[in-house]
Amino acid sequence: MSLAQALQAAGNKPAGKRPYFLEAEVERVLAVTMAVVQELAVARQRVDTLERLLQARGVLHEGEIDAFAPTPAAATERAQWTQEYLARVLRIVQQEAEAALAAGEPASEDVAREVSGPA
Amino acid sequence: MKKMDPPPAAAYDGPPDYRAVGRHAVFPQTTHDEIERINFLAQLNRHLSARVVPGVAAAYEARVLPALRESLGREPRDRHEVRRALLGEPAFRTWSALRRLTMEQRQQAGRWTVLRQAGALADKAAALTKDDPRLQLDPALAIPRYVSAVDHHCMPGSYHAQRFHGDVSAGANYDHAGFVTTGGLLGRYSDGGGHAVVQWVRRNLPDFQPRAILEIGCTVGHSTLPIAQAFGDAEVVCVDVAAPVLRYALARAISLGVDNVRFVQANGEHLTGFADASFDWIQTTMFLHELSASALAAVFMETHRLLKPGGVVLHVEQPQYAKDMPLFEQAMRDWDAFYNNEPFWSRLHELDLDAAMQRAGFSRDELVHAKVHAVVDTTLFPDAASDDAEDYGRKAAWHVTGAVKSRSATGAAGAHDRSVS
Repeated sequence: MSLAQALQAAGNKPAGKRPYFLEAEVERVLAVTMAVVQELAVARQRVDTLERLLQARGVLHEGEIDAFAPTPAAATERAQWTQEYLARVLRIVQQEAEAALAAGEPASEDVAREVSGPA
Repeated sequence: MKKMDPPPAAAYDGPPDYRAVGRHAVFPQTTHDEIERINFLAQLNRHLSARVVPGVAAAYEARVLPALRESLGREPRDRHEVRRALLGEPAFRTWSALRRLTMEQRQQAGRWTVLRQAGALADKAAALTKDDPRLQLDPALAIPRYVSAVDHHCMPGSYHAQRFHGDVSAGANYDHAGFVTTGGLLGRYSDGGGHAVVQWVRRNLPDFQPRAILEIGCTVGHSTLPIAQAFGDAEVVCVDVAAPVLRYALARAISLGVDNVRFVQANGEHLTGFADASFDWIQTTMFLHELSASALAAVFMETHRLLKPGGVVLHVEQPQYAKDMPLFEQAMRDWDAFYNNEPFWSRLHELDLDAAMQRAGFSRDELVHAKVHAVVDTTLFPDAASDDAEDYGRKAAWHVTGAVKSRSATGAAGAHDRSVS
């Protein structure tokens, strides 16, 4: 079985119609969110594993991460990363705010009719 | 920032780390992240039962039940009225949505682990079981409707789907990630149910020395191997309708050093390959709820036919919906029937099993009843007997309904009764 086939099959639905308990859109978003929550837990545990392995090898010492103080330049890089990250995650909020200010905009479908008028 | 003091280890109450599970030759390899996915999902189930369900119960008392009384003009009569009312309650719906998708995420997680190595697992199983007469498959066996119509507990392909010749992935998925649902309550080899039955038999039937034992609906042999180990002189036959779990089961048994078991693909309703009075002990464990009404009757008839005089039949299941079980608890326990693809669960748990046993030929005074808990290594795994969390239908605390067949074999079995020398 190829990896692509295994990936596809891993996510197959079980036989039987799925019950929905919330609005389908809401339940879909909840399912995606909980999968992300799961993967965040997995990533958090992986970092914890790394820390413990590094401690066991004497590379990292107990408390060093909590005591970590970035240099001013590093602090700036990290802060910028967070800003960029938030902007990516909340892109839809930004675009909806822009749309509110651009009231009366035509949709592409409207323009399609407009520009495709009688020859 | 000052680091918080770590919580005392003694205060920990929850699933053990997945790395405590027992492995064997056909157990799938798991990466760090695959293990942590299982740990997370087990904790999520624990969270739902320990921290979310109490909110559902409170909402039922505060909002659902008063509104239901108001609309009915009386007390609710049965669990179905309660469940339908709960479907309008946001707390129930949120819990249900989370519980359902936890099942789905568990399946995806377990199947990914297994399917990415499906070929290697099949090769290992084949190498262990090649030409072994203890694996008897019947490719012509029809999968019954009650297994094929909806996939039990949202397990895609159920126990029986095979992607290629020799596939064991259904068994490997069921075996390695069931931990998510039970949170380790079934123990190191998911065999706490088997150990519980052995303990019960040893205590209650101390002189019982079975030579021939049958388990019906054995899947990968979780509950069977403790019985086979405890009664090493006995020959144990395990039947199931699904080939992938049986292939896996024999490889697993061999790898764990259990030799007195054989695995036979057959339908428990029609065990025509076995003569009357073939077995001293017939066992089913968390099996009856995956049948149908007619299949249940047929399985009970077969157990009566196949049991020797003086033999013992034991069915381990979640508790029946007795009259003293609150309707809210019954409705919550019914969740798996309607929302987790266990379509016979609801009906089974309201049936009069004693009457069903008597229709199959057992007399009332032959019947036995008991309560058992999973028996596990409590240094590593949680003890179901002292676990207070209620997970409605998932807890490793069961009822036993069974019979000790009279030695005179003069029961009301009619045509199915045979006298045996």
